[in-house]
Amino acid sequence: MKKTQSESEWTLEIKPVSGWFNFHLKDVWKYRDLLFMFVKRDFVSVYKQTILGPFWFFLQPILTTITFTIVFGNIAKIPTDGIPPILFYMSGIVCWGYFSDCLTRTSSTFITNANIFGKVYFPRLVSPLSNIISLLMKFGIQMILLIGFLIYFKMNGSDVNPNIYILLTPYLILLMAGLGLGFGIIVSSLTTKYRDLTFLVSFGVQLLMYATPVIYPLSALPEKYKWIVLANPMTSIVDTFRFAFLGAGTFNAGNLLYTSVFVVIILSIGIIVFNRVEKTFMDTV
Amino acid sequence: MNSVIKVENLSKMYRLGLVGTRTIAEDLTRLWAKFTGKEDPYLKVGETNVRAVKGRSDFVWALKNVNFEVKDGERFGIIGKNGAGKSTLLKILSRVASPTTGHIKVKGRVASLLEVGTGFHPELTGRDNIFLNGSILGMSQDEIKSKFDSIVDFSGVERYIDTPVKRYSSGMYVRLAFAVAAHLEPEILIVDEVLAVGDAEFQKKCLGKMHDVSEKEGRTVIFVSHNLHAIKILCQKTVILNNGELFASGDTEEVLSMYHELNRDVKIGADTEVNNLNNRRGKGIIRFTSIDVMDYSGNSRYAFEYGEQVRFKVSYKTFKEMKGITLTIALMSGLSRECLTLSHFEITKHTVEAGTCGEAIVEFSDLNIKPGEYPLYFELTDSLYNSHSKDVIDDLTAPLIIKGGDKLKDSDFDPAKPSGFFSTPSKLILNELNENIIEVKNL
Repeated sequence: MKKTQSESEWTLEIKPVSGWFNFHLKDVWKYRDLLFMFVKRDFVSVYKQTILGPFWFFLQPILTTITFTIVFGNIAKIPTDGIPPILFYMSGIVCWGYFSDCLTRTSSTFITNANIFGKVYFPRLVSPLSNIISLLMKFGIQMILLIGFLIYFKMNGSDVNPNIYILLTPYLILLMAGLGLGFGIIVSSLTTKYRDLTFLVSFGVQLLMYATPVIYPLSALPEKYKWIVLANPMTSIVDTFRFAFLGAGTFNAGNLLYTSVFVVIILSIGIIVFNRVEKTFMDTV
Repeated sequence: MNSVIKVENLSKMYRLGLVGTRTIAEDLTRLWAKFTGKEDPYLKVGETNVRAVKGRSDFVWALKNVNFEVKDGERFGIIGKNGAGKSTLLKILSRVASPTTGHIKVKGRVASLLEVGTGFHPELTGRDNIFLNGSILGMSQDEIKSKFDSIVDFSGVERYIDTPVKRYSSGMYVRLAFAVAAHLEPEILIVDEVLAVGDAEFQKKCLGKMHDVSEKEGRTVIFVSHNLHAIKILCQKTVILNNGELFASGDTEEVLSMYHELNRDVKIGADTEVNNLNNRRGKGIIRFTSIDVMDYSGNSRYAFEYGEQVRFKVSYKTFKEMKGITLTIALMSGLSRECLTLSHFEITKHTVEAGTCGEAIVEFSDLNIKPGEYPLYFELTDSLYNSHSKDVIDDLTAPLIIKGGDKLKDSDFDPAKPSGFFSTPSKLILNELNENIIEVKNL
């Protein structure tokens, strides 16, 4: 009896890797201070020793928007649902930018952090989570830019109608973050052993943008190809976002539901794989 | 006292070479074995981890069947040569890597310091890095805030606290990093060789801190180091790892004496090439063929109680004609390597022919020297101490270790008595000379 009592006092047992479902989500919560510190580190360190600082966040979407407006709007003459091309492209770019940043940043979690991971234990999930949160900062700044343009165009009498669906924005952000995180940690888990995927991700994300209504409205698509674009979970997010802020396009609750389910599934798979890999990756990375 | 860490049958296998080639095929083989309920086929082919020897298999056991326990509040040392498995063990203990088989049970919060300044960001200031590093090591913001002043104070870099750490000298960097770690309050603190950097004063401070953490606050400290002196003054219990296996465990003093035997595995034979080792001088006219340290009953050992009788048995062989043979045995200081005592023994005055073999035993009947480590010096020369006729074994054997035994009294180290170079009673108790037993070639 005495023996069993002392046996039960052990607070931690380090065992060979087994099972797929022992997560450390409680641990992640315990390490929330670390999460905050990582976000702070990302934010402070990126613009140390730069003159313009966070203003660089503005430059990227502005230049991309100008390029898209010239190439797709003026040369290729792709319709923009009657919305000023600048607003149309910028709204797409801001959304897509956040998603693709989340995906690419989290997809190299294990490789870029191998140094820290090899020395100290903390729930590894903290690292990609901090990535998507610090990227939120960039997204927020770009949103301010977008809203600035929106107000400017509205004052000049353009036909843009922000509406009540704007309230959905936090949910859309959550979906984008979840999607980027889910895909990202799956890729990062797989790349510890097989590096091939890193090559795929860098151009795959670029290609995927063309399967998302960033540079064209959903309405401009031929019926034949529509299903491909609709199967892309980012489609409904970009579409809803644009509908909420610009009043153009469509709002389809069914599509959004599809995306939500997709996010839950991909995130679950991601966390399962990630948790499995975080215990063995030191031997393979 | 209760155990706070219990390591049971712990093994860890690594594969050598390029990880990444053929892995899909292996993964499938493994999966198939698992699916059909068989043992993982790759676990069977593992070899003992001997770094210098080329093995047949790509799989090695970095750790194999390691068992030990660490008691509450103990300062526990881990030593071993490079590649002995120390770091692997620490990685598993700190949950950075997983074991292949076996398990470790832990009681209480563990903080590990496998490296100082993990996660330090060069662009951030010292202040920011204290918070960042503290959180990585598992401290909460409030905890860091309350200890902040004490951390800065301990580090001694207050003046630079608002400067990015990339501007720090490497010493300052380590000081700051260790200061953060020293203020962790885990039940179990695991420290790897982190004191290698930093000046002597700071090293002393770190050892002192680790000592305090255990002594005053009752925490358990596990310390890995190559610095045997540090292990000796800090740890009560020590284990030696050798090629992934537990070589010895127990009280630090005993274990350390075994470590020397393990570490000085130098073969001293007549065949050893003349200029092979720097420490062997002379022209090869005479060579030691073996050296043994024994107790009065003839058992080989290197560790002795204070006041115990010590016997040195040497065998030698001549390769050219020599005018007499003299044996010299000296004890040196473990720290300064200065000669403490030097004794000459005349083996023969007469001319000895080439190919003579001999054996001699020297007895130090009452070696009244302070407990400690004494590297040994053996020398053979002719009667005139001509340098060309020398053979010298200088600190190539394990050092003599004197432990504090029952006979030890404080009065034995009376400061009024002479210290430093002294002579001890000793005599030649065996002297055998067999001429022309072995044919000598090429001379």
